[in-house]
Amino acid sequence: MTQAAASHPILDPVFAPPFPQAALPVLRNPQLRKNVAHAIDVIQAKRAKLVAEKTDWQELRSSASAIRAHALENLGAYLEEFETRCTAAGGTVHWAADAPEARQIILDILRRENATDVIKIKTMTSAEIQLNPILEAAGVNVFETDLAEIILQLGEEEPSHIVVPALHINRSQVREIFSRRMGLKDLSDDPHALTAAARNYLRQKFLTIPTAISGANFLIAETGGVAVVESEGNGRMCLTLPRTMITLAGIEKVLPRFQDLEVMLQVLARSATGERMNPYNSLWTGVTPGDGPLNFHVVLLDNGRSSILSKPTERQTLKCIRCAACMNACPVYRQTGGHAYGSVYPGPIGAILTPQLTQMRHAQSLPFASSLCGACYEVCPVKINIPEVLLELRSQVVNQERKDLVRLFDPMYLGLRIANLLFARAWLFHTAQFLGRIGIRFFTRKDGWIHSLPSVGGKWTQTRDLRGFPKQTFHEWWASRPPAPGPALNKEAK
Amino acid sequence: MRASLFITCYNDTLFPETGKAVVSLLERLGVQLDFHPKQTCCGQMHANSGFRGEAYSQAKRLVRLYQDTETVVIPSSSCVAMIRDQYPGLIGELGNDSLRKDFAALLPRIYELSEFLIDRLGVEDVGAYFPHRVTYHASCHGVRALHLGDRPYRLLAKVRGLDLATLPNVDRCCGFGGTFSVKNAEVSSAMLAVKLQDVVATGAEYCTALDNSCLMHLSGAMHRQYAGMKTIHLAEILATTEASPAEAAR
Repeated sequence: MTQAAASHPILDPVFAPPFPQAALPVLRNPQLRKNVAHAIDVIQAKRAKLVAEKTDWQELRSSASAIRAHALENLGAYLEEFETRCTAAGGTVHWAADAPEARQIILDILRRENATDVIKIKTMTSAEIQLNPILEAAGVNVFETDLAEIILQLGEEEPSHIVVPALHINRSQVREIFSRRMGLKDLSDDPHALTAAARNYLRQKFLTIPTAISGANFLIAETGGVAVVESEGNGRMCLTLPRTMITLAGIEKVLPRFQDLEVMLQVLARSATGERMNPYNSLWTGVTPGDGPLNFHVVLLDNGRSSILSKPTERQTLKCIRCAACMNACPVYRQTGGHAYGSVYPGPIGAILTPQLTQMRHAQSLPFASSLCGACYEVCPVKINIPEVLLELRSQVVNQERKDLVRLFDPMYLGLRIANLLFARAWLFHTAQFLGRIGIRFFTRKDGWIHSLPSVGGKWTQTRDLRGFPKQTFHEWWASRPPAPGPALNKEAK
Repeated sequence: MRASLFITCYNDTLFPETGKAVVSLLERLGVQLDFHPKQTCCGQMHANSGFRGEAYSQAKRLVRLYQDTETVVIPSSSCVAMIRDQYPGLIGELGNDSLRKDFAALLPRIYELSEFLIDRLGVEDVGAYFPHRVTYHASCHGVRALHLGDRPYRLLAKVRGLDLATLPNVDRCCGFGGTFSVKNAEVSSAMLAVKLQDVVATGAEYCTALDNSCLMHLSGAMHRQYAGMKTIHLAEILATTEASPAEAAR
């Protein structure tokens, strides 16, 4: 167990180390950084090309944003409509307030079915509630069927991205995992050979295991239907072959009308994988005898979502359609990959979603894990203003923290409190500038630059120099200027 | 034309040469420039660090200081972005009706330097001479908050002697992000390392921008690593003429 803890990143916000600390092993890992940057650059380039060919991209974004906002504003009504329609079509809808309840509902269904094995379509929501380890502990063998998820499961790795979860693993590492776990000694790292190996491994599972678990990209209130999009066809197999299907979905996934898919599927495919359309778009409604599963369950998961919904600035977080465009665009994620975020939801969306899902009790370093560059907001297909939410969460963290007495001595808090006093009165600010200029001389070398500073300043100078303070501030220079008519440079103006 | 210069707290303290360049440049273009001696900070550092109350009190102070000013020029895109993107929320939530009204009236009269030159003065050729190879870093706030677009390039294109080198991944963040650079110092440094590779690869002598905060970050690494490059605020390039060559001491 200790060995496992040492070799695995901890993707549980309750136990994960703070972001700056969790990022360190990745920053020192050339293979990981190269894999992440390469994968991101490939997806980014594909996305950019396909977004550019839509002349109405900004209008599409506005529509997608409006559809999601409207759905959230009327979430209760649309969820009830979904339940009514889904039930009428032969499905069973369950409501889960939190992760333990959702896991129990799923376990109970599996027990009634006497299921010893289950196949799964990639679902980040199931990772959010840590479903796999609970099922395994209850004696149910879980088989992931998405290629990336197979790699993670067999390699005992953790997801680092929500669309391409094995993005941090390259081809030769996949070859090593498959070769070791499937007993294929002569496996090459040719993509065709690797996918053929996965196909062989999967085919048996699809044909023999009668129970499947999926997530949902969208729930359609109007029809009671569910939509899942994917690239490999494994989802289509899971949705058609088994006898029993359990779909786990966050309550925010609902769309009002079937017609809304027109907009949502366009923005999702282009944003997520840089495709005009996903290769497999599966839509099903309840149960149809002779066609697909005979038992269909939907587990609607709250797990902190209704609390997010109640807050006006934060509510937009729930518009997310999990396309991952924000993490692909993020210069922080590009360096750290996903594991540093200590959550199954990494990147900018994870930085706002994860702390909120824990009711702001954990993951408090995440709202600060951003330079606020705005690249995430620029690409978001549903226009979530992630920087705005980051700032709101930062202020909530500070409001909690500043009550602690120990923060009185925290150099960052102390510095910001003092700065606030100085900025309120120009004469105080100017006095501080004067004193600072004298004090900084002790740290300024003969070349006029500061190479080393104590305390918080040392975090700057560990990798960067700082030019020494100039002899005169701007306002001092301005005050020392001769009155108009000024020096030669004023001539043309006169 | 009259305009008042908001120099910003860190330019006042650390980069007075940028302020002097703005004065020299705008007076050369016939602007009657004014400087309010009581100015301090826009509140961006506090707002971005989660200190909303403090940020609001600085926002209020700035609005009160400039509410009767015809035009305000600010040579820092991130401070202008603070005023445009964050003041409405801060003042909307914490301010009273009179402050909201005065801010709404002031907002359209606040210009970032390149906006002031191109949109307000209508000039692209400011008569500058800077015989060096230069690359331009499009800072995050300039690109994504202010949508400066091609304004800086139009200004640079008219600088005589200047050889503009294209910066790859031009709008990728340098990793500064205010307190992010010390709170997440290692990640920030990793971002900086990647940025610096692109900047150095241009073969330019100078990297310029409309934000001294990004330039302070870049120059810190250039100096530490003996990269053989310098940074310079765009105002300082534009202020330079044959008659008054740049000191460019940074």
